[in-house]
Amino acid sequence: MSTLDTHAGHHDEGSYLSGPPGIMAKIWQWATTVDHKKIGVMYLFAVLFMFFVGGTAALLVRYELIDPMRDVITQSVNADGDLVETTTSTGENLRDLFSGLGVAGDLTGTQIYNRAFTLHGAVMVFMFIVPSIPASLGNFFLPVMLGAKDVAFPRLNLLSWYIYLFGSAFGILSILMGGVETGWTFYTPYSTTTDADHWRVVLMVTAAFILGFSSILTGLNFVVTVHKLRAPGMGWFDMPLFIWAIYATSIIQVLATPVIGITLLLLIFERIMNIGIFDPAMGGDPVLYQHFFWFYSHPVVYVMILPAMGIISELLAIHARKHIFGYRAIAFSSLGIAGVSFLVWGHHIFTAMGELAAILFSGLTFLVAIPTAIKVFNWIATLYKGSIVLNTPMCYGLMFLFTFSIGGLTGLPLATLATDLHLHDSYYVVAHFHYVMMGGTVIAFMGGIHHWWPKMFGKMYNEPGALIGMGLVFIGFNVTFFTQFFLGTQGMPRRYANYVDEFQTLHQISTYGSWILGLGFLVHLAVFVHSLIAGEKAPANPWGGLTLEWECESPPIEHNFHHEPIVKHGPYDFETTVPPHWDPKDYPIHPDAGKAAH
Amino acid sequence: MSTMTDTNPTDVPQSILKSPKHWRNRIAGHHWRSGDEEFDAAKLGMWLFLTTEVLLFAGIFCGYAVFRMMYPEAWANGSHYLDWRFGAANTAVLLLSSWTAANAVRCAQLDKQFWLRVNIIVTIACAALFIFIKLKFEYMVKLGQGKAPGTFFSYPHAHDAHEPLWWSLYYIGTGIHALHVVIGAALFGVVLYYAKRYQAYGPTQYTLVENAALYWHLVDLVWIFLFPLLYLIH
Repeated sequence: MSTLDTHAGHHDEGSYLSGPPGIMAKIWQWATTVDHKKIGVMYLFAVLFMFFVGGTAALLVRYELIDPMRDVITQSVNADGDLVETTTSTGENLRDLFSGLGVAGDLTGTQIYNRAFTLHGAVMVFMFIVPSIPASLGNFFLPVMLGAKDVAFPRLNLLSWYIYLFGSAFGILSILMGGVETGWTFYTPYSTTTDADHWRVVLMVTAAFILGFSSILTGLNFVVTVHKLRAPGMGWFDMPLFIWAIYATSIIQVLATPVIGITLLLLIFERIMNIGIFDPAMGGDPVLYQHFFWFYSHPVVYVMILPAMGIISELLAIHARKHIFGYRAIAFSSLGIAGVSFLVWGHHIFTAMGELAAILFSGLTFLVAIPTAIKVFNWIATLYKGSIVLNTPMCYGLMFLFTFSIGGLTGLPLATLATDLHLHDSYYVVAHFHYVMMGGTVIAFMGGIHHWWPKMFGKMYNEPGALIGMGLVFIGFNVTFFTQFFLGTQGMPRRYANYVDEFQTLHQISTYGSWILGLGFLVHLAVFVHSLIAGEKAPANPWGGLTLEWECESPPIEHNFHHEPIVKHGPYDFETTVPPHWDPKDYPIHPDAGKAAH
Repeated sequence: MSTMTDTNPTDVPQSILKSPKHWRNRIAGHHWRSGDEEFDAAKLGMWLFLTTEVLLFAGIFCGYAVFRMMYPEAWANGSHYLDWRFGAANTAVLLLSSWTAANAVRCAQLDKQFWLRVNIIVTIACAALFIFIKLKFEYMVKLGQGKAPGTFFSYPHAHDAHEPLWWSLYYIGTGIHALHVVIGAALFGVVLYYAKRYQAYGPTQYTLVENAALYWHLVDLVWIFLFPLLYLIH
């Protein structure tokens, strides 16, 4: 078999960001690239754009809820002495807003509200949070951290990217045609009966179906890359924990996504050809749809959170300059979460199944808490006696520990059958979900973007500016969502534009919080743009990291490494290793570093 | 297979022997240490992909099981409407094609270029025959009698109100399977083109033949489950 000379150097190569002269040539180079770094950067900007779209929809939802939507009937006596009733609608904030823009049509206020929250959910889940960390940071850093030149199947990687764009185009088309009001879960019969004479629901479901292929192919690519492309000297337990997390994520993506594929396909057939599988009038079973849907969509919340956990393991260890505590426990708990994730889908439909099944699913759900708690305890033990640097990545890491723990612990009452009867379908669920997904995944993603920003773009970001953004996000997030725990326990159901007056104060506080949150992300946007235009040049290893990406230049060269790296120290051996490219004026290192024999 | 030797390489035009796509001239991708590693990775990727295919069909089998428990009468009637002889014929066709697909891999490993092409052509022909039997003797006839899925069902002699559901699952299960047959045949079409045009596959380079055959065996395997579930069990 032909063998490549792997020791040939790549000394004369420029940064992966340098391209041919001419704007059209550059665009063509990016559009046809099979370089995992370029694909990762394109994904990063795409998912951040989707985050902006979904976030705008969230602000609209909160804007509607600032006061209750209701019909007020006024009785008055006219000149002839007759009693006259007049009905006026109040609090239809979104309808007023869109009427002002001339796009409301003849939709009612509640229809617009339904479309706003469906838009928020569908965009955030299918187009932002599922691809977010794996497809952007994972694509960029998984091969580099393994010491490889690329992912296993570079052309397949480019195909995943185009499938993502293709699927998103269907979703955006559906939104531009007016959006759907089924909720992001597309439950039957909402999804089979609403908008019966339009294609919007079919388009949105098709979008989710196509995006699933992108997810499967990315996951498959990463699994093979981890198995086959580790650098010489890197055993399974020498891999950075971010890789372990992405590996566990990829396994879930490969195993769960086909099930949503067939489910959404059946839904499309149901919608177009009335096959009747989910239609009770023909003997079909709408609850079967819910089982199928959650068999995918519960594991997929771990697709959303596991990569975030991987990022946190990196952030806390590097910015505390401390060996990670319990490496194997963290690695195996990632796989443990991936395994348990397939056994708990029933807790989304407790009321639609028998008592015994509900008890079993409740018990299995509690199991998720064990590997999750193992991780949190190990992270806290890592921080103990570390040299903690309070920069933006570390602050986001600490914020994650705070908000994610709240999110995780508030899940337990939802897994408990007795308390779930009271709490289910209430704002408590909304708050819990957002504490895990936003307080977990988005917060870790923000931390990860700042942590790896200098490596990806070769520019430092403005630390004080980023810290201000971080502070606003922390305050805004907690003001927005902590109030919703109270709303939920007091009985506010989710997905309603109307509510009793007692809830108004809490709803208003939550809405004000969402504005602070939005402001925080705008500050971050400004910091990123400033960094790209006028940022200081980043050193190759600004934080003193020991994983292989810090041996590359900032930004990395086309083939990542000048020579194939050989792994000689663990990813977290801060006590014994002098970091690559270390400059004493940048940061102090452990006094014993470099003294111990390898 | 016969022990017949392949065409003498001296008869092969120089343009093919010198082509970078000829199996002797193929080199591994720049990020692989050797072609062996690349081959192993491609095979692992294919197995993972087959796992996703199994899970895709699992949804259909799961729906079949659920409704079979709910409406056993409709399900028993349903399989009586199908003629097991057409199902058995198609099973034989697919088994034969799986054998020729496996032979194609072996021929590539032994550099028997002529027999590689013959085996691929037989495999593709079997795929076409399968689709022909399916359409001509089953779908067309059944649809003509009104045995259609869901609300299109208009068969006047149905014994059970839930038979339309049975037909829905029948058409979805066999339809998605038939789509896979077409995709697999197209994949072998690509292999055939490269094998004929460049002699792209040989003892050190037969990744695509191997993966196409793996995919084809899965298509066969799914039918091995669909056939008894739909045609034989009452």
